[in-house]
Amino acid sequence: MNAAVDVASWLAEQERKELLRFITCGSVDDGKSTLIGRLLYDTKQIFDDQLSALEADSKKHGTQGEGIDFALLVDGLSAEREQGITIDVAYRFFASEKRKFIVADTPGHEQYTRNMVTGASTADLAVLLVDSRKGVLTQTRRHSYLARLIGIRHFVLAVTKMDLVDFDQAAFDAIVTDYRTFADEIGVKDWVPIPVSGLGGDNVGERSGRTPWYDGPSLLEHLNEVPLDAAADVAKPLRMPVQWVNRPDLSFRGFAGQIASGSVTRSQDIRVLPSGRTTRIERIVTADGDLESAVAGQSVTLTFTHEVDCSRGDVIAAADAPPEAADQFEATIVWMDESEMLPGRGYWLKLGTQVVTATVHHPKYEINVNTLEHLAAKTLELNSIGVAEIATDREIVFEPYSVESGSPNRALGGFILIDKLTNATVAAGILHFALRRALNIHRQPLEVSRETHATLKGQRPAVLWFTGLSGSGKSTIANIVEKKLAAKGRHTFLLDGDNVRHGLNRDLGFTEADRIENIRRVGEVARLMADAGLIVLTAFISPFRAEREMVRKMLPEGEFVEVFIDTPLAEAEKRDPKGLYAKARSGEIKNFTGIDSPYEAPDDAELVIDTTALSADDAAERIIDFLESR
Amino acid sequence: MLALTHLDRLEAESIQIMRETVAEADRPVMLYSIGKDSAVMLHLAKKAFFPGPLPFPLLHVDTTWKFRDMYALRDKVAADPAVKLFVYKNPEAERLGINPFDHGPAHTDMWKTEGLKQALDQYGFDAAFGGARRDEEKSRAKERIFSFRDRNHRWDPKRQRPELWALYNMRKNKGESVRVFPISNWTELDVWQYILREKIEIVPLYFAGDRPVVERDGLILMVDDERIPLNGEAPQIRRVRFRTLGCYPLTGAVDSAASTVEEIVAEMLVTTTSERQGRAIDRDAGAASMEKKKQEGYF
Repeated sequence: MNAAVDVASWLAEQERKELLRFITCGSVDDGKSTLIGRLLYDTKQIFDDQLSALEADSKKHGTQGEGIDFALLVDGLSAEREQGITIDVAYRFFASEKRKFIVADTPGHEQYTRNMVTGASTADLAVLLVDSRKGVLTQTRRHSYLARLIGIRHFVLAVTKMDLVDFDQAAFDAIVTDYRTFADEIGVKDWVPIPVSGLGGDNVGERSGRTPWYDGPSLLEHLNEVPLDAAADVAKPLRMPVQWVNRPDLSFRGFAGQIASGSVTRSQDIRVLPSGRTTRIERIVTADGDLESAVAGQSVTLTFTHEVDCSRGDVIAAADAPPEAADQFEATIVWMDESEMLPGRGYWLKLGTQVVTATVHHPKYEINVNTLEHLAAKTLELNSIGVAEIATDREIVFEPYSVESGSPNRALGGFILIDKLTNATVAAGILHFALRRALNIHRQPLEVSRETHATLKGQRPAVLWFTGLSGSGKSTIANIVEKKLAAKGRHTFLLDGDNVRHGLNRDLGFTEADRIENIRRVGEVARLMADAGLIVLTAFISPFRAEREMVRKMLPEGEFVEVFIDTPLAEAEKRDPKGLYAKARSGEIKNFTGIDSPYEAPDDAELVIDTTALSADDAAERIIDFLESR
Repeated sequence: MLALTHLDRLEAESIQIMRETVAEADRPVMLYSIGKDSAVMLHLAKKAFFPGPLPFPLLHVDTTWKFRDMYALRDKVAADPAVKLFVYKNPEAERLGINPFDHGPAHTDMWKTEGLKQALDQYGFDAAFGGARRDEEKSRAKERIFSFRDRNHRWDPKRQRPELWALYNMRKNKGESVRVFPISNWTELDVWQYILREKIEIVPLYFAGDRPVVERDGLILMVDDERIPLNGEAPQIRRVRFRTLGCYPLTGAVDSAASTVEEIVAEMLVTTTSERQGRAIDRDAGAASMEKKKQEGYF
C-alpha cells in the first residue's frame, strides 16, 4: 500500500504553496457570491453536508428557483441572508495546485465602503465584477478607485453572467473598452479582463468552450500566476516594528516583531528609530533554533551585540537606509464611524506598534468616490474619504504608504484612528508625506519681539487656564485673581466663555466640533495676548484633555498654567448659579458637561483648587503665589 | 532566498497576533479546549514567546463530559512547569447536575457559555485567545480576529470594529473584553499539515481505533463511560476516529482506519463532509445557530 508515500509527496507539494489574498468587489446582483461559490465548488472546498444545507437554504431564500444559490453559501449573517445583500467582509479559503487563497468577499453598496476598504487593506489583487448586461457602473469605478487607493496593484475585470448574453464577444469588448478609459485615468495599469459565468463555471476554473474568441487565462489560472506583493516587500530595506520586549531573565533581552520589509542577517548593522542609535544584530532567535537570516513576513526575536534603548513602538531598520520620523503629515482618511470627524479633537493613532495622540485638521477636500471630484468639506462623515493634515503629539516613524511602482508600505504607512471615549476604530488612513511646516511657512519677523513687549510691561506673560465643571467657580475666582493682579500693577486680560461667545465665536454652537473650535480660537487669542506681554486669564469648562493640551502646545514652555477648579459635581449642581443643571436634568439642555457629556479632569494641572476646602479669596491668593514664584 | 510558504505565513501572522495581544492586554488568557486547534494554538504561543515562558495562563472551561482521553492530555499539558492551567466548572451547572441527556441545549449554554463568562469575570481576564477558524462556519467567517465583547460578553455582528492591515484595536473600558482568534485564517487542512510538520501531540481519539459505539440520530457516539444511558442498545466495537472533539455524548465519530496524520490528511482529501458535521451543538437553531450562540457570549 503506497498511499502513505503518495500523501507524503502530496504534502511536500503543499509545503511549497504560496499565499495570495484577494478581494472580490461587486454586489450580489453582479453574481459575486455566485462566482465565489463556484470557485469553492470547482476547487472542491464545499462538503456534502454543506451542500445539502445549501440546497435546503436555496429553496427557502434562494433566487435560483429549484437550483442551488451559491450566494447563500457566502453570505454568513442571518440579516444578509434575509435581505439578500452582503453587509460585512467575509473571508473564504480555497487552494489550487500552486497557491492557497484567502478571499475577502466585500460588500458592494456605498454605505459599506468602510468594509470594502477593510477587506482591501491586506489584498494583493482585486476581482471587479461587471454584469455583462449592465456594463461598467458607478460602483465599478468606485471599487476600482478604492482598491487602487489602498494600494492594490493587480486587477481582474470579471465580466459575469456571460451566459445571459449568449457569450457575445461584442458585449465583452464594449465593456473592456469602456473600462480602459477609466483605468488609465486612475492609474490602474495591470488589469486583465475575463469573460465568465459563475452559474455555468465558464472561464472560472477552466477555460470555456463557449468563448472560443477569448484566448486569455481562466480566473483561477490568472490567480495562480499573478506576482505577489510579499516578493516585492523582501527587496526593500529592513523595517521591523518592535511589538514586545522578551526579557525572561537578566541574561536575555530580545526584541520580538514581524519583519515588515527587507531582510535581516546576523551581524548586520541596524538603527533603532526614532532614537537613531545604531547597533548590530547578535542573534535571530526562533523556537526552531537561531537563523542566519530572516525575511519580510517572518515573526522573529532579535538580540543586539550591545545594548541600546529599544521598546515597543520603536522600529528596527537597516542602519544605512532608515525611515523618517515626523509629527505632521498629509494623509488620505477613510471615515468609518457614525459620528463625524471632529477636526482638532485628539484621537489615538495607531501605526505599526506606535500609539500616539493625533489631531486632524479640517479636510483640504473630500473625494466624491463616484465622480472622483474634489469637494470642499468641513468634516468627514461615515464612509467619506478626504485628504487632511494630521499632527501627532510626538514624532512617529513612518514611510509613505504608496509608491509609484512597487508594493504599498502597509506596516509603516497605514494607520487607524481610535476614539478616546468610545474606543471605536473611527477611521483608517494612509500617510502621503511629512510636512515641514516650520520650513515651508515663513512667518513675518516682528521688529518688536515678544520679549520686548514683556520687558516693557515688567512682567512675565502667562495664560492662566481655568478649567472645571459649570458652576465650579472658575469665573468667580478668575475675576478675583485679575483684580488682585491689577492692584499689583500687572497688565492682565480676562477671556470669559460667555463673553467670547457673544463676539468672536458667535458663529459657533455647542456640538462637539464647535466646542473644540471654540477652544482653539480662544487658545489662539490667548497666545497673541501673551505675545503682547499680558497675563491672560481664561474661564472655560474646556472638558476635554486633548483640547487643553492643544493650547498648551501653542505657548512657550512654562507659560501655560492649567488651573483645575476641582468642585465635585454634586456641589456644583447644588450651587447651580445659572440654573443650567436643572435644565440639563430635565432634558431641556443636551450635551451638558457632567450630566450627559463627560468632563476629563487634568492629570497634572499646575494648580488644583479644591473649592470645598478653600474660599474663593484664598484660592486667588494661592494662584497669585504660584504666578509670582515662577 | 526561499519564499515563505503559506504555512510559514500563517504561523508568522498568528505569532504577530499573540504578541500584539500580550503587549496591549492587562490580563490575557488562552482558552484551552484540548482539541487539535487548541494544541496548535498552544504550540504557536510557545514559539511566539520563546525563549521566555508563556506570559499568560491557560483556561479550561470544563463540562465534566469530555472524553477521558482529553482529560489525560490536559493533565499532561498542565504538568509542564512552564504552563499554568486553570480549570473552571460552572458551580450552578454542577449543583443541578446539568447533562446532555436530560437538559438538551441547556447543557452547552450552562457549562460552556455561562461557565466561560463566569470564569472570565472571576479571574478578570480582559483578553481571551480562542482557536476558532473562519473556515469552520459561516458566522465565524465574518468575525474579526480581535472580537470585542461588551460587559455582558455579547458579540454584536453589526457593530464590529473595522480591522485593517495588521492593526488591531485592543482599547476597551473596564468590564469589556476582547476575544482573540489567532488562527482565524487557518483551514482544517492547514491545521493538520502544521500538526504533521511540527510534530504536535494531539488527543489519540483523532486517530482511528477500535472503540465501543452506539448510533443515534445518524451520529456515531462513543460509550466513553457508564454515564451514557443505554436504552437496550448494545455498544458495537467499530474502528472510528473523531474529526473534532467536544463533550462525548454530543460528538459524532466517523468510520475510519486512518491511524497517522498522513492517513488523516489522505482521508480528508477524499472526504465529503465538513468537520462540524459531527457536532450536534450547531444544529439547535437552524442556519443561524452559531451566530446566535456567539451573540450570547459563546466562543
